Amino acid sequence: MEVSVNVNGEDVTREIEPRLLLVHFLRDHLQLTGTHWGCDTSNCGTCVVWMDEEPVKSCTVLAAMAGGHRVRTVEDLEQDGELDPVQEGFIQEHGLQCGFCTPGMLMTARALLDRNPDPTEHEIREAISGQICRCTGYSMIVRSIQWAAQHESAVSLEPSTAGSAS
Amino acid sequence: MTVTDEPQAADAAEERPIGFGRLLRKEDPRLIRGKGNFTDDIQLPGMLHLAILRSPMAHARIVSIDKSAAEAHPKVVAVITGEDLAAQGLAWMPTLSNDVQAVLATDKVRFQHQEVAFVVAEDRYSARDALELIDVDYEYLDPVIDVRKAMDADAPLIRDDLEGKADNHIFNFQTGDAAETDAVFAKADVVVSEEIVYPRVHPAPMETCGAVADVDSISGKLTLYCTTQAPHAHRTVYALVAGLPEHKIRIVAPDIGGGFGNKVPIYPGYVCAIVASLVIGKPVKWMEDRTENLVSTGFARDYIMQTDIAATNEGKILAVRTNVLADHGAFNGTAAPVKYPAGFFGVFTGSYDLEAAHCNMEAVYTNKAPGGVAYACSFRITEAVYCVERIVDALAYELNMDSAELRMKNLIKPDQFPYETKTGWIYDSGDYEPALRKAMDMAGYEELRREQAEKRERGELMGIGVCFFTEAVGAGPRKDMDILGLGMADGCELRIHPTGKAVVRLSVKTQGQGHETTFAQIIAEETGIPPEDIDVVHGDTDNTPFGLGTYGSRSTPVSGAAAALVARKVVDKAQIIASGMLEVSVADLEWKKGSFAVKGDPTKSVTIQDIAMKAHGAGDLPEGLEGGLEAQICYNPENLTYPFGAYICVVDIDPGTGEVKVRRFIAVDDCGTQINPMIIEGQVHGGLADGVGMALMEMIAFDEDGNCLGGSLMDYLIPTALETPDWETGHTVTPSPHHPIGAKGIGESATVGSPPAVVNAVIDALKPFGIRHADMPLTPSRVWEAMQGTATPPI
Repeated sequence: MEVSVNVNGEDVTREIEPRLLLVHFLRDHLQLTGTHWGCDTSNCGTCVVWMDEEPVKSCTVLAAMAGGHRVRTVEDLEQDGELDPVQEGFIQEHGLQCGFCTPGMLMTARALLDRNPDPTEHEIREAISGQICRCTGYSMIVRSIQWAAQHESAVSLEPSTAGSAS
Repeated sequence: MTVTDEPQAADAAEERPIGFGRLLRKEDPRLIRGKGNFTDDIQLPGMLHLAILRSPMAHARIVSIDKSAAEAHPKVVAVITGEDLAAQGLAWMPTLSNDVQAVLATDKVRFQHQEVAFVVAEDRYSARDALELIDVDYEYLDPVIDVRKAMDADAPLIRDDLEGKADNHIFNFQTGDAAETDAVFAKADVVVSEEIVYPRVHPAPMETCGAVADVDSISGKLTLYCTTQAPHAHRTVYALVAGLPEHKIRIVAPDIGGGFGNKVPIYPGYVCAIVASLVIGKPVKWMEDRTENLVSTGFARDYIMQTDIAATNEGKILAVRTNVLADHGAFNGTAAPVKYPAGFFGVFTGSYDLEAAHCNMEAVYTNKAPGGVAYACSFRITEAVYCVERIVDALAYELNMDSAELRMKNLIKPDQFPYETKTGWIYDSGDYEPALRKAMDMAGYEELRREQAEKRERGELMGIGVCFFTEAVGAGPRKDMDILGLGMADGCELRIHPTGKAVVRLSVKTQGQGHETTFAQIIAEETGIPPEDIDVVHGDTDNTPFGLGTYGSRSTPVSGAAAALVARKVVDKAQIIASGMLEVSVADLEWKKGSFAVKGDPTKSVTIQDIAMKAHGAGDLPEGLEGGLEAQICYNPENLTYPFGAYICVVDIDPGTGEVKVRRFIAVDDCGTQINPMIIEGQVHGGLADGVGMALMEMIAFDEDGNCLGGSLMDYLIPTALETPDWETGHTVTPSPHHPIGAKGIGESATVGSPPAVVNAVIDALKPFGIRHADMPLTPSRVWEAMQGTATPPI
């Protein structure tokens, strides 16, 4: 079957099997490999992307179901060479180690802050509770999202200076 | 909240961050953009997909396999069975413990989900479809699931493939002095005994295991992109096993989505991918799904430890002994140094000054997946620390003594280091009491005990758990330690380019620990070249020196030492070049991080960058000196390093449901010299979450037929942000005396130290019920059963 999806602002049309999962559509057909796959049961959340403005687990969505919708992935967070505050927050507060769960965490964090610019620690923990990280123990992810919340209003962010002291 | 010993501002005022200190990670810019390069991200032209058919039974004879329907699938390229591999002599492969494991089963299957056949197809969905078309006829055999029955006279024989094998025994391991220990027990005032079970758990990294094999049909060179923590060790093993010439094998470990020991062994899937690419002549990808990862790859623990502790009435611990029954699954796939079949379990004497200790261990086969050393265990130190820290708490219960006070009374004193334990381990350095005091201060220990007393009056269940642990990491000295005959040393190569930028090549491989940052910092600390000017190359056997890889917290103790020493070699050469440039003798120069200056005349100096250009440039160098500025080293550690820590956990238990809530967790770690405190804190946090998971949620269980009950993340529960508290970390610094920069390693400390702290807290909360011990995982139902007095061991 043919499916047309707006992915990261671009309309794409592909011939697909009806059973194709959105995560595999993004990764294998569009080479958007920032979205990861980590379990068979929609528990881990490494595959979180947005469908329209909603975070969804893309292993639980058929590519066909995304037809006619807007899908946003981690590759779209950086705009015009400027990192999204959640991306910068994860760098500044060491919110990632292996980086495998990170794209999903970033997409959830962005969605949370769009709805709730000043979340409490518990609200942040609840927002990411459908996702698993094996490396960080979550505290630094929480701090990263708090960093982003505090820096959302910054007019222009300094470019990331990873590899330098802070 | 983070408590640090000394203000960081002092560092910032100097030339920091060159060298050690908080430094943002070099890895992050690609990973936060979704531009990492993980194994499953690799797509090569013409690449095919491999899927593995697995056994539905735990123990069964293979009567026949009909693959004709699968072969007829229009998108299937090949279907391979064990018989096909046997024809090439590839049906079996050696494990890292000198056992053999079936790549694909030929005679019978020995655990549920064992590899039976594989399909190669044009896409991953078709490969999976075709698995359904393979018809295997199995003849059921009684399985050995209960490890306690593995050595029964009538137990089914699992390993009839091994010549002369008549039972399910693998090895007996003894350490310490049995007679001396028994004598000490005989004179003790108090003896406390518990059967302590450390259930089977799984590292479950977020990225599952997989590989892309690409054989060049003209040169015959194999490139294997692979989720491996030990690329060089893998290369050599493939060379030895498959007879491929070692120079025709290139292992590339790209970005790895967590390892925790799960990505140390060589799995049948990797071998299948290689065989498929060799046979078909195209690149072949194999990626596990989550179930395959949980049910077939390296599990961890599975020890039953019958443990006794002897003490005086005043709480002086005299001796510990333990009889361990170790379940290794169907093949002995443990990754451990050859002379250490039980890994480093010998450190079960803990952090205490004992008169005697003894361990007797029997390891057996069962019809379960192989593995044993994984999940950040530092070669079985998780089990050792859990064993001693649990039995010490049982002693505190029996003596009605505060558990922190009991530990304080028995800790090894600073002037006893280096300390040789009763099982022969030489702890390099330690200052234990300040670490425990610090953890107690951070926790507000006395206040917590007061709060607990008040709550007990009201019938509320609050527990405070203490753990003090000593690790042994950085395997290891080559006189004692090897894996399959390969010494556990690590190489490092450093090149300074003409413009003063540098590239350092490592034999170890990060799975998220931040090597690209911390190793740049080590080189920066030693050479004065800023970390941003240093490129760290790793994870590619064609471009890095040989070494045994990253596991057992060995990267910093072994490879980190190699990095520091290779940098010192380069600086030594730079000094000779500088003496020529400044026209003074070598002895008249002094090193200030990044430059050599003439003693007494600091205006006459040359930077490392000036020297690099001179080393590669025109004009003469001091006599006898080659051009260039580079060096290579292979570092053989003198001893292991012994990080330690004091952990305190506070829990609240719902008396109606048995649900445990971890309210606070205080962790004070001492990993010697700190390279990057931010990364250290992250490593600790991750391990603490592991501990909460193992103590309260995680277990790979089986039913009586050997069906794995933990085969998905719905059944194998991993903590989320809601089950974990905001960690409170602190540190002390006791450098290792034999490590060039005094660093000890931190990657696994928290995974080792946190499970006993959580369990001790839960048992402490349950004290009003007269409970002295209960086994992990302390799920609500297990806690509730313990409260009712109906708990049974988890195995």
